[in-house]
Amino acid sequence: MTDAALPRRQPIALRFPSVMIFLAVLALFTVGVTILSEGFGIGVISTSFIKTLGKTLCLCLVALAMDLVWGYCGILSLGHMAFFGIGGYAIGMWLMYARTEIIVLESLAAAELPPTAQEVSDGIATQIFGVVGSSEFPPIWAFAHSLPLQLAAVVIVPGLLALVFGWLAFRSRVTGVYLSILTQAMTLALSLHLFQNDSGLRGNNGLSGLQNLPGLDEVPQATVSLWFFWASALALGLGYVLCTWIVAGKFGSVIRAIRDDEARVRFLGYPVESFKLVVFTLTAVIAGIAGALYYPQAGIINPAEIAPIASIYLAVWVAIGGRGRLYGAVIGAAFVSLLSTWFTGGQAPDINLGFYTISWVDWWTVLLGLSFVAVTLFAPKGIGGLVDLVTDRKSPNRHGADLGPDQGALREQEAEK
Amino acid sequence: MLRFAALLSACLTFALPASSQQADAPIQQLLQSQSDLILESSRRTIGPAIDALANSGLVAAQVVLDKWQTREMWVNEETGLFVFAEEVDRDTLRIFDFANGSEIGVVPDDRFDQLKPNSGIRGLIGTALVQFQLSDPDPDTRRRALDAIERGAEESHLAALRASLPTETDAQILARKERLERLLTIAYGATDAERIEAIQTFDGDLSVDVRAALNPLLAVRIDVAEALPSDPEVGRVLKPGSEALNREDAYALLVSANLAKPRISLADQRNALIANIADGQVAGIQVATLNTQEARDMAYAALADLGTVTAVATETEVDQLLANHVFYERYVGAPPEVVFAAQAALNAIENKVAINQMFDLSLDALSLASIYFLAAIGLAITFGVMGVINMAHGEFIMMGAYTGYVVQLFIPDYTLSILVAIPLAFAVTFGTGVAMERLVIRWLYHRPLETLLATFGISIALQQIAKNIFGTQARPLTAPGWLDGSLVINDIVSISYIRIAIFVLALLFLALFLFVMNRTRLGLEVRAVTQNPRMAASMGINPDKINMLTFGFGSGIAGIAGVAIGLYAKVTSEMGSDYIVQSFMTVVVGGVGNIWGTLLGATMVGFLQKGIEWFNPSNTLAAQTYMILFIILFIQFRPKGIIALKGRAAEA
Repeated sequence: MTDAALPRRQPIALRFPSVMIFLAVLALFTVGVTILSEGFGIGVISTSFIKTLGKTLCLCLVALAMDLVWGYCGILSLGHMAFFGIGGYAIGMWLMYARTEIIVLESLAAAELPPTAQEVSDGIATQIFGVVGSSEFPPIWAFAHSLPLQLAAVVIVPGLLALVFGWLAFRSRVTGVYLSILTQAMTLALSLHLFQNDSGLRGNNGLSGLQNLPGLDEVPQATVSLWFFWASALALGLGYVLCTWIVAGKFGSVIRAIRDDEARVRFLGYPVESFKLVVFTLTAVIAGIAGALYYPQAGIINPAEIAPIASIYLAVWVAIGGRGRLYGAVIGAAFVSLLSTWFTGGQAPDINLGFYTISWVDWWTVLLGLSFVAVTLFAPKGIGGLVDLVTDRKSPNRHGADLGPDQGALREQEAEK
Repeated sequence: MLRFAALLSACLTFALPASSQQADAPIQQLLQSQSDLILESSRRTIGPAIDALANSGLVAAQVVLDKWQTREMWVNEETGLFVFAEEVDRDTLRIFDFANGSEIGVVPDDRFDQLKPNSGIRGLIGTALVQFQLSDPDPDTRRRALDAIERGAEESHLAALRASLPTETDAQILARKERLERLLTIAYGATDAERIEAIQTFDGDLSVDVRAALNPLLAVRIDVAEALPSDPEVGRVLKPGSEALNREDAYALLVSANLAKPRISLADQRNALIANIADGQVAGIQVATLNTQEARDMAYAALADLGTVTAVATETEVDQLLANHVFYERYVGAPPEVVFAAQAALNAIENKVAINQMFDLSLDALSLASIYFLAAIGLAITFGVMGVINMAHGEFIMMGAYTGYVVQLFIPDYTLSILVAIPLAFAVTFGTGVAMERLVIRWLYHRPLETLLATFGISIALQQIAKNIFGTQARPLTAPGWLDGSLVINDIVSISYIRIAIFVLALLFLALFLFVMNRTRLGLEVRAVTQNPRMAASMGINPDKINMLTFGFGSGIAGIAGVAIGLYAKVTSEMGSDYIVQSFMTVVVGGVGNIWGTLLGATMVGFLQKGIEWFNPSNTLAAQTYMILFIILFIQFRPKGIIALKGRAAEA
């Protein structure tokens, strides 16, 4: 069969109308928030809430990556928040170094002698590492003075870690739950390492003061928060287009096939391990970028952010939003994280049962855990499944049989079409 | 004035009861001669007075020291005579004469001052008393005296100890005395031969006190000279810049021996430059250009040439001086022969210590392994046998531990409460496990990723519920009194009874598991259902019921493990998540579906973690990190674990 005999493929935008809808909604949302903001608009939305929204967009981006690796490729990675954290640490190192450098230079400028390079470096190191009882730069801070190098690290370090880890794991055919446990162990090892004071990243103090951009002290936070909000929105938009493009093509078909029956795809001659490795590494890079945008808005990063529980929450968001569809991941992350902020922020009204008052700050996690069980049991499509009701999209009628040959494969009620 | 005082005292003495004091007894005379020091009662000056008493050879001296130490010595304000007394009531004393211990009479206390030695002085008195106590007829007193010598030995003790040896009757105390005598000989022996002989008797002795006696003999001082002297006291030669002697310290030695010019710290150099700024210049060099170390060195050298600051050694001069001198250790703790004997004895001891430490480490590793085994054995059933990923397994451990805590709130007797807590913890977690299997897991069989997520949801809910009920602070789960303390084999090898108990419990669990799986109807049915549920069902086994019971059994064992772990670690709502990853690792490393594999996995993980900790003892976090990394690598090479199932069972 020649190419000419194939029907011409329509552009992605037409085959996936959700892209246009998503981008339009995102653009409207961004413009709307900007108009309502304190920095450039009428000041209805507070700066702290802009930051919350910006952070949520970053979480949506990392959820998108999680959906690609789990919902589409079937790898339940419990390590993507580690990549997210590494991205945050990478950018945080530069932010902290550059800001401290300005402070140290200012204080040394008043001295009688012009400072030597060594004195400046010692001053910065004492400022940064005083809390862990050290005054020398550990080797991993070698590039912290350079923004381009640290930006490169945001992409390269998570990518490289994922590449090496993925290569080792996929090569020895670790699949399914074993892979999940292994990624969880990797995350635990990383966070335990960072918790040490001599890890070179300030132990459990983490990096702080990241919300202040070096050299831009006179720019109010209201403006800076909007910059990051826009950057996050742009990154999410680009990430969404990229992920759609990946899943739309042949590559996307192969990774979906790997999810449904890995052995069969291997027998068909596809290098399954390479496909998985590409997806795993790419999503790690996306997670790293999302983290690099998230932590300057959060202002602080510490090893607790990398703990295994964070990665599991990521899986929770994607599952609640609806895995195997990109907008599902975004909806899930936005919905659950905003709801979580609302409940744990003490804004939700307590429920008085007469004999006991349910305080949501305490009980929200219980509700989340149980609703997660409920979603897994009763609504495997998640919130995204509601879209199917509107678009009247029907699952294939297999009379309850599994779609794949394996019982673990995609089930009829989860399938999109 | 003086006469008046004498007259007054005479009158007052007259008022005393008939039985008067022997003012001219030798002990009283001695006390009077030291009276000033005794009354001054200062730790710094009291020494000679105590020594005079201790070395007087008077029998009564011991009584004086005794009474002084226990604050029963009083002094007559007028006559200055010392007595000992017991208080009859608040204002009245019954006083005794030191000379013969006879009662003088009962007097009002307003003319007597009590001597109140502070704790420092009492310590000195105690040391002096030791020589009397060593020959005391009461064996307990002799033991206390030996204790006192062990705590703070002094040169004078050696003679006293030797003197007391021939009269010692108690064999046990005699052995202690002889040992102590040899230890003291090492430190204070008169001749080298005597000391060396004493050192050699301790060959291979593991006690800490022997090492404490030998180590000071090896003390060295670092000396510097142009050429290496040939004295026998000279030990090893040190190279500047090596680990034992860094460059700065070596050069500081040269400076303090007046062999070299001082160096200047960067801060001092900076201050000196600042002090000499004139018209924006230092010695003709623009201040603005002094932003490198080389420029500053040059400016300082220029200042030195002008004579405004003292010249300092440059880097090349330092190198040259260091190269031209030899640095060596000089033995200052003891004469060389003694040092060599001590060194040889210590080397022998160190070797033996290392072997014993290895043994001790193995015991530690074994007990850690049994904790991991306990934490993982429930998982070996639910995950290993049934293939169900239960992320809430750690929370079952936590529930077991909290059950133990609650039981202890109601039953104050610790032994009884643990005995009640174990079956109760099993019941609670068995019930929760069965409920969880019925409500959630049974809908998700064969969908492991979904099981993982759903059980994780349960895990965070259970954790938060525990936090809401019991709060965030750690709750105590107290072990019975008979589990306190540890089994001490020698000064290095010891293991606490609670760890032995956990080890025994782990063995019991292993036996229980093997018995249930291999010798009971339930075990047979479990194995049948795991291998082929449909075939098992057609044989009349109800797979639903078996799955439910198996899951309950695994959960229940986790609950009992929780009680055991709670005795050893703190009980918090997060204790489960501390063990969950390691538990999964244990099962996966050992090989899924095989209890012996879990045992091997736990042993490997335990020994590995202790082994890594041994290299870096201060850092358990690093040990855990490296252990996890090692396991990740290990799974690369044996993806199916140490013991991999083969054949049909592997497919099931």
